[in-house]
Amino acid sequence: MPINDIVIRVAGESGEGIVTIGEVFVRIAAFSGLEVYTFRTFPAEILGGHVIFQARIADRPVLSQGDDINVLVSLNQEGYDTHVSELEAGGIVIYDDAVVTPRDSDRHLLYPIPVSQIANSLNFPRGSNLVMVGAMVQLMGLPFERAEQVVRRRLGRYAEMLPKNLEALAAGYRYAQERFPSHPPAYLVPPEQIAEEKLVLTGYQAIALGALAAGCRFFAGYPITPATDLMEFMASELPKAGGTVVQAEDEIAAINMVIGASFAGLPSMTATSGPGLSLMIEAIGLASMAEIPIVVVDVQRAGPATGMPTKTAQGDLYMAFYAGADEAPRFVIAPSSVEDCFYQTINAFNMAELYQMPVIILSDQALAPRVETCTFFNLENIRLWKRQLAELKPGQPFERYKITHSGVSPITIPGTPGGQYVAEGLEHNEQGHPDYSPEMHRLMTKKRWNKVNAARHHVFGLENAVEEWGDQDAAIGILGWGSSLGPVKEAMVRAQAAGYRVAALFPKILFPMPDVRIRRFIRGRRILIIPELNSLGQFARVIEHRYTRQLVQDSISVISLNKYDGLPFRPVEIFEEIKRVSALLTRRTWPR
Amino acid sequence: MTLDHPVPIKDLKSDVKPIWCPGCGDYGVMHAVLKAISELQLDPAHIVIASGIGCSGRFPAFVKTYGFHGIHGRALPLATGVKIANPNLTVLAVSGDGDGLSIGAGHLPHAARRNVDITYLVLDNAVYGLTKGQPSPTSAWGMKTKASPYGTVEHPLNPVAMMLACGTTFVARGFSARPQELAEIVKQGILHPGFAFIEIISPCVTFLDTYAFYKQRVVSIPENHDRTDRMAALALAFETEKIHLGIFYQDPDSHPHHTTLSEMRQKISGSYSLQALLERFRR
Ligand SMILES: Cc1ncc(C[n+]2csc(CCOP(=O)(O)OP(=O)(O)O)c2C)c(N)n1
Ligand code: SF4
Ligand SMILES: [Mg+2]
Repeated sequence: MPINDIVIRVAGESGEGIVTIGEVFVRIAAFSGLEVYTFRTFPAEILGGHVIFQARIADRPVLSQGDDINVLVSLNQEGYDTHVSELEAGGIVIYDDAVVTPRDSDRHLLYPIPVSQIANSLNFPRGSNLVMVGAMVQLMGLPFERAEQVVRRRLGRYAEMLPKNLEALAAGYRYAQERFPSHPPAYLVPPEQIAEEKLVLTGYQAIALGALAAGCRFFAGYPITPATDLMEFMASELPKAGGTVVQAEDEIAAINMVIGASFAGLPSMTATSGPGLSLMIEAIGLASMAEIPIVVVDVQRAGPATGMPTKTAQGDLYMAFYAGADEAPRFVIAPSSVEDCFYQTINAFNMAELYQMPVIILSDQALAPRVETCTFFNLENIRLWKRQLAELKPGQPFERYKITHSGVSPITIPGTPGGQYVAEGLEHNEQGHPDYSPEMHRLMTKKRWNKVNAARHHVFGLENAVEEWGDQDAAIGILGWGSSLGPVKEAMVRAQAAGYRVAALFPKILFPMPDVRIRRFIRGRRILIIPELNSLGQFARVIEHRYTRQLVQDSISVISLNKYDGLPFRPVEIFEEIKRVSALLTRRTWPR
Repeated sequence: MTLDHPVPIKDLKSDVKPIWCPGCGDYGVMHAVLKAISELQLDPAHIVIASGIGCSGRFPAFVKTYGFHGIHGRALPLATGVKIANPNLTVLAVSGDGDGLSIGAGHLPHAARRNVDITYLVLDNAVYGLTKGQPSPTSAWGMKTKASPYGTVEHPLNPVAMMLACGTTFVARGFSARPQELAEIVKQGILHPGFAFIEIISPCVTFLDTYAFYKQRVVSIPENHDRTDRMAALALAFETEKIHLGIFYQDPDSHPHHTTLSEMRQKISGSYSLQALLERFRR
């Protein structure tokens, strides 16, 4: 029975307060000094539809949502029936016995809590969720004072309801205490002292805070699951900082507004999901051509067209890298955890501003709404890179697109006397005047790509541009990107404990590709496993293409581990692949 | 931002020679716009002209203000971003009838709803000039072109009526061949605090020479028209005998988007601190 590393799943109908129960409970755990990591599904419909809120809670950093469920909280029969098969043998079921009848009762430990009845007896039928939270706090061994604090903080907005809510919480806690005097076999032990300074927040909040820290003062977007939360957070916070959020009429308008605002001097951002990014592609080409810094967040979701708006994927890599007319250089960054979202967003703004380029941040449906505990962000260590302003010389025409070694041409901001120029989406000369001559197009194409090369040499000096860990001399290397980092890390801990040797590398900045780091990483390996939430193995194909010679010369095989069911990787899936691939290597026929 | 002296029109022209065909209406439009800028004593360093794609979209290249030659149909959102980012700038947007009324038409009602302080010039030649003569949303019914060899089967839009119906706070029509009157309209449009929509008849001599047609039909809006009366403006816009030129409608109480935004910010801001915001997430 696990102690201090527990996966709790709350399941039922949306609208039953599944998310409230889950969110309040994980915050109580976090405020008690434990680490949390959540995973939630969204109902297909706004009203009704099945949802789960899952939390993994531990006394050490949590890297993934975990594999098995240890505790199932169900508020209706369907929630129980759908998920009980994933509950480990001997696992715990906490349920409302007025509506749920456990069928497989021998395999699990049952903790019935008559939540509606208790809430009704308080004359507060809506309080049944907090009755459940109170019972869960007691059963899982969390301190009641912390629970009270969290409820005060989270629900304090509804001041007139607060006494009732606290009463419901206490009633649930008391009921569980009296009915089940001894702990269930799986429970949590919060640390005596809450040591490090921590934040508890979601991936989209971390991106928004990173944007604010990077000086973003303009945001335009169009609602789309799962990126809307980001827009709503910005809508509440950006005006306080003197900035503006516009809900545009569509994604095309949104990105063009962002380009206009950045041209006028403000660091600017938009956020969308795959369908919206498709609509923005032409304008991303414009930002690339006219050399205007912008940041575009793509919270990836599953499927083409409308696909599965509430499911996750990593299928927009090709689009982020290549989509658009002819060739439009851009940067692509993929954060891998909630904490990373904050720092990579700062990298995104820095790269956009310094190199006057569009930057796409690839998040995903699992990472954006996920709640994680992370080390408190240190605002003092943040260094911002700004766009380089031109020094204007009287009498000399300003050359907006001047050819330079790095490709970066100093810019002016409208309002600057003598700095007038036209930001040009047509091919142009150094003055920004349209010019279609063969020499000019060659020169300017090179200039724009030179910025990518300059960035390649520059940004990989950043300590958070890549993350590399594991056994340096291992024959098996895992190369991945984005939010699959957590499950990979966790699988590797297990693999190493089981005697397997594995190394791993996750570039966070994917475009430009950190060639030096990747070449060094793959040197001496025999197999590269590339796990991705897409069916083509998009990153794997990029790697194969880019490092063909080295892979062929050194007989290194690339094995794609593709998952495309709308769900994130579980550590066990990576671990099984490590085992399978290790077995392959021991075959005599495997190329040496 | 105004200067204490007008910048002469010749000094507002850039070194780039316009690519427009001799006789193109867009020359007249450019002259009228530069005249308006000069007479209003605006500082060219504080003007941004955003444009889309088309012969008309080349406009910014020929003037010495800041400019943004964007993509097809997106002059308005581009200009909207500029104005929000720096409300001190005078912002104009320039489109053709294809750029503004076809591919970019989805932005029109929203610019009107926001009442964003942009002067929007739609250079209407009732044809796609740059792509060599296809029909546009304002082409007459039955117009024969290479792309409509048997005549178009779509009816033309009435841009003035359409924008009046969208609640636009300033709606006008000018004619490139009447540059004095046009300059005056553009001036009023720039001075108008809010979204000013100006349809400018600007014939394409190469693909659809309509000078003779318009010269017979255009008349100035009657002196006694009440330009604060939206319904009267609509009636004028729907008149078919004559094509009216001038300011159809102007809302005297127009409250521009950037003012609304800054009032909203003032109400909520107080002192902003990112550190304090982070504290909200401390466990
Ligand atoms: C996305 C996209 N579609 C099509 C085009 C081709 N195109 C360029 S200009 C234009 C129409 C121009 O007509 P109009 O806006 O009336 O401008 P004019 O040339 O008449 O001034 C078209 C269809 C393009 N540049 N971009
Ligand atoms: S093609 Fe027509 S619209 Fe274009 S420049 Fe020539 S006359 Fe003007
Ligand atoms: Mg036209």
